[in-house]
Amino acid sequence: MNDYLVLRVVTKLLMPFILLFALYVQFHGDFGPGGGFQAGVIFASGFILYALIFGVENAESILPDGILRSGMAGGVLLYAGVGIVSLLMGGNFLDYSVLQHDPVHGQHLGISVIEFGVGTTVACVMITVFYTFARWKG
Amino acid sequence: MITEHFPALQIVIPLIAAPLCILLRWRNVPFGIALVATWSAFIISCLLLGQVMDQGIISYELGGWAAPWGIEYRIDAANAMVLLIVSGIGSVVVPYTRNSMLLEYIHERHYMFYSAYLLCLTGLMGVAITGDAFNLFVFLEISSLSSYVLISLGFDRRALTAAYQYLVLGTIGATFIVIGIGLLYHATGSLNMLDISQRLEINGYDRTVVAAFAFITVGTLLKLALFPLHLWLPDAYTYAPSSVSAFLAATATKVAVYVLLRFFFTIFGAEFSFETLPSGPPLMALAIIAMFTGSFVAIFQENIKRMLAYSSVAQIGYMILGVSLVTVNGVAATVLHLFNHALIKGGLFLAMGCIYFRISSHHIDNFAGLGRRMPLTMAAFVVGGLSLIGVPLTAGFISKWQFVLAALDRDLWWVAALLMMSSLLAVVYVWRVVEQAYFRSPPAGSEAVTEAPTSLLIPTWVLVGANIYFGIETELPLTVSRMAARALLGTQ
Repeated sequence: MNDYLVLRVVTKLLMPFILLFALYVQFHGDFGPGGGFQAGVIFASGFILYALIFGVENAESILPDGILRSGMAGGVLLYAGVGIVSLLMGGNFLDYSVLQHDPVHGQHLGISVIEFGVGTTVACVMITVFYTFARWKG
Repeated sequence: MITEHFPALQIVIPLIAAPLCILLRWRNVPFGIALVATWSAFIISCLLLGQVMDQGIISYELGGWAAPWGIEYRIDAANAMVLLIVSGIGSVVVPYTRNSMLLEYIHERHYMFYSAYLLCLTGLMGVAITGDAFNLFVFLEISSLSSYVLISLGFDRRALTAAYQYLVLGTIGATFIVIGIGLLYHATGSLNMLDISQRLEINGYDRTVVAAFAFITVGTLLKLALFPLHLWLPDAYTYAPSSVSAFLAATATKVAVYVLLRFFFTIFGAEFSFETLPSGPPLMALAIIAMFTGSFVAIFQENIKRMLAYSSVAQIGYMILGVSLVTVNGVAATVLHLFNHALIKGGLFLAMGCIYFRISSHHIDNFAGLGRRMPLTMAAFVVGGLSLIGVPLTAGFISKWQFVLAALDRDLWWVAALLMMSSLLAVVYVWRVVEQAYFRSPPAGSEAVTEAPTSLLIPTWVLVGANIYFGIETELPLTVSRMAARALLGTQ
């Protein structure tokens, strides 16, 4: 890919904006359209673009398999962990209202944290799926 | 206190354990996590069953959202029984996986096996516990996707095609179910099972509901592998690793039968399912054909594991036969057979795993003389086989007896006669193995074979022993299955 100067430069220019937009969709999900799933896909698409232009090896040096695997599991764990915390604080499973003194703030915090878990898992799964196919020599 | 959160913990413990297996993937840690998670799920399901028997229906609102809007876990005797079956088999099989060659075969990726196993358990228990139709579909997909992974781990390369075939047919089944649930949502505006059934009674059953019924029935029958939709089952059970075959054969189709019962009786109501629409006779016909074709094909199998798989097709016929009688006795016999057949097939597939561990084959010719060389394993196989046939003092007898009584209750003498005849076919295919193992001497020059390791024999004998225990001590399964049937049919 060394010959395609335009692609390389444009990719480098776009990368921060794609990732920033993913984070915007992630954390703005409770006010507007968006949420963990969409954010995860956008975040992953940034890395997939990078891997397409600069090669899977370079992408792997930033996000190796070990981190992706832990991210996949960690996201689920974060989601379920919020449920356990709400259990321990006296509510039902995933009842965010008990997470803080004010139920509204509790709901806000709860949904933000679980959506972050969703985003992490989705991003890691998408990148892993891409890696798997990119490395596959059939 | 903690007891009121048991319905959530039942699902959440294996759900949390699955990603933990991936994060803590050193040496034996995933095995330990799986062991603790499955056994705690089993203990919780026992306590839940006790609670249901004492206090009646348990309802749990996830996230604190009230029932028709939020997701509700609703446990009556039928769910509690299925939860007990799934978590019980799930916890007995885990210690078996440790030494059954599977972990050496998949090398350092064994933590992924435990993760998929726990997710499968989560999905199956989730289907059983939830009172929300869409949530049921989500859990069904969790269990199906992880079971495709589990099946593809088999030693034979054909495990991959078997898993793929199951993936295609299983996805069609799940898609039909979700289309049906979508139509129900359109017709009633609700996803809560109880709410749907109440709204259906008020709004009436229009054509949308009939279409929903058709989609859900076909999808579920595909999932539970009733003849002629059973084609994915023999390959999947044959080529999956033994521990996975035992786990799935004892749980996956049982949960699908439970889904059918739940939709027919709780959501659509027996009157609509069996009187407005004539689903009784076709179901009974298919069930009887399944009983006979399954057993006939089993007789001619050279691969014993495949033989057991076809025998499962026949046994599913019995369960659906009980449903098609539409009486408390018939449904109670079905629920009882869910339990007993889980013990029978679980035990038999685990015994097959012990044999495979020593002779690396499932072919009947290699069974010659095994009765003397692996006495405990073959004894387990024989006891399991007797229970499969339905010999008195085994669990299999109790459920066959209940089926016959239920058929006689409806004055269906010929059905009772057919039930007995198909049991005779089971005698034939079990006898073939017994004859080969006990009355043939091993071929000259064959390698010496010793008894399977104790770590495999103990789980096998726990399930086989349960067959004898519940064949004599019938009080508990009979009471619970009767309660479950009454809960499903809504009669007291």
